[in-house]
Amino acid sequence: MIALATRGLNKRFGSLVVAKDIAFELPVGARHALIGPNGAGKTTLINLMTGMLPPDTGEILLGGENIATLAPEARVRRGLVRTFQINSLFPNLNALEAVTLAICERESVARVWWQRVTAHGGVIDEAHGILSSLMLGNDCYRPTRELPYGRQRLLEIALALATRPKVLLLDEPAAGVPRGESAELFAVVSSLPSDISVLFIEHDMDFVFRFASRIIVMVGGAILLEGAPREIAADPRVREVYLGKSSHAASRHDGARHG
Amino acid sequence: MDASAISSPQAYMRLQARWRPVELAFWLATLLPFWLTPDYLVLASQIAITALFALSLDLILGYAGIVSLGHAAFFGLGAYTAGLIAKYGWGEPVTGLIAATLVAGIVGYAASLIVSRFRHLALIMITLGMGLLLAEAANSASWLTGGADGLQGVKIWPVFNVFSFDLYGYVAYSYALIVLFLVFLLARRIINSPFGLSLRGIRENAVRVPALGAPSRAHLRKIYTIAAAIAGIAGALLAQTTETVSLEALGFQRSADVLVILILGGAGRLYGGLIGAIIFMVARDQFSGNTPQFWYFWIGALLVAVVMFLPNGILGGFAKLASRWSKVF
Repeated sequence: MIALATRGLNKRFGSLVVAKDIAFELPVGARHALIGPNGAGKTTLINLMTGMLPPDTGEILLGGENIATLAPEARVRRGLVRTFQINSLFPNLNALEAVTLAICERESVARVWWQRVTAHGGVIDEAHGILSSLMLGNDCYRPTRELPYGRQRLLEIALALATRPKVLLLDEPAAGVPRGESAELFAVVSSLPSDISVLFIEHDMDFVFRFASRIIVMVGGAILLEGAPREIAADPRVREVYLGKSSHAASRHDGARHG
Repeated sequence: MDASAISSPQAYMRLQARWRPVELAFWLATLLPFWLTPDYLVLASQIAITALFALSLDLILGYAGIVSLGHAAFFGLGAYTAGLIAKYGWGEPVTGLIAATLVAGIVGYAASLIVSRFRHLALIMITLGMGLLLAEAANSASWLTGGADGLQGVKIWPVFNVFSFDLYGYVAYSYALIVLFLVFLLARRIINSPFGLSLRGIRENAVRVPALGAPSRAHLRKIYTIAAAIAGIAGALLAQTTETVSLEALGFQRSADVLVILILGGAGRLYGGLIGAIIFMVARDQFSGNTPQFWYFWIGALLVAVVMFLPNGILGGFAKLASRWSKVF
């Protein structure tokens, strides 16, 4: 069963090709990583799939249905949900309010203006449940802007989970998280429900090799190759992409992380 | 807020929406003019009308992030609708209010189809342009609106056939205050609703809300329509209590003033527009008596000072002070 697939996806800005004939498949329950140097078109691919950018040509299949022409919110309602590389949160709402908002939208009670939020107690309890399971239960009454960066990254994931995604696109979930705070994030990502299919972009190779069952490598707007982590790690073309032919072997780790 | 002090998430949300004692005190204080300043009831009724107008702007600016420089268009539509109905033979005030609400709401919905698609500078220019358009149309259609002379011959019947509008403004202030309070209850319910929560989300981060599956444009159209209808009520109140409508009801100056009032008081706080209206109208009444030419000088100075030192308005400044106070004790 394929949860998400693209066929012949193309996008260019003038002469700059940002997506070139992209075709891949994400099976149900998969954990696939999307890697590649900066500017390879990874976030662009997420933007194309989620509808933030319209593709020039190509199909985006969610559970077999072509969603390429749907509005972004319609794709979310069908179960294709993303998180953002740079936190995209609600600074003056707290985590409880933000996740409650997401659930109200999912349940279509967000158009209700004649009742208090508290008339929908189940929604509030569910929001708190999601936050507790992501270890945000104690911080859920503080305004988002006051939360440490690592907690804000968790809230990004909490918001996405509140929509009950079928396919979750995580855009660099560990970006900017200090080493000391990353353990919680690793725990949350590893405990994502197995029926959610996950495609994640990440530069942190520890993260990639820990969670990915398959890795897709992008370069210059195209997929260079796809394979099991072991194959990717051993592939000379991947090393070349990250390091260049003349680079010193000692800088490998650094290059892969910040690429 | 400390998590340990909160018994449950639902209790926390109820606490957020509860009536605070200071709110009850505020509404009780609105009755004071009847006893303390009976000579100023006409001014008090104007303040209540301006507060209602500012409240309608707060719903779109403070809660949904829609900056408008043409909000007086809906105020004026309401005013002319109520005025014209009364002039041509139906002076019953409550049905006049309802008619004005409908007309402003319908035009507001039509405008929202455009407004909901834009943000930032484009939005300001579009609302400004639509406001100017309507003002010029009213000026040209002097056969209907009376043009620069204003709409004359408006006769309003007693409220509920009992309370005639008097020279001292007893009925005018009572009527305006009751309408303000009822609409305030409605606005309060809206902002504490799931819909209100989504609006705050759009204000905070317009990109993120659609990424959660929300139809943000539909939300924006809805609140813009509601705000336009409320502005129409405010305009109708002015027409009915003064028994005339002038072009300035939908002029640019009124759009700018209401924005100043809301920023002074504090946007996104429900009471910001009310407090702002009291300060603005009382100050104008006091200053313009002595030195009318300096009136906007002082408002300008006040505006600069508030935006510099109290970015969340006067009410935001008070809220900050109160939270410091509660931390100390």
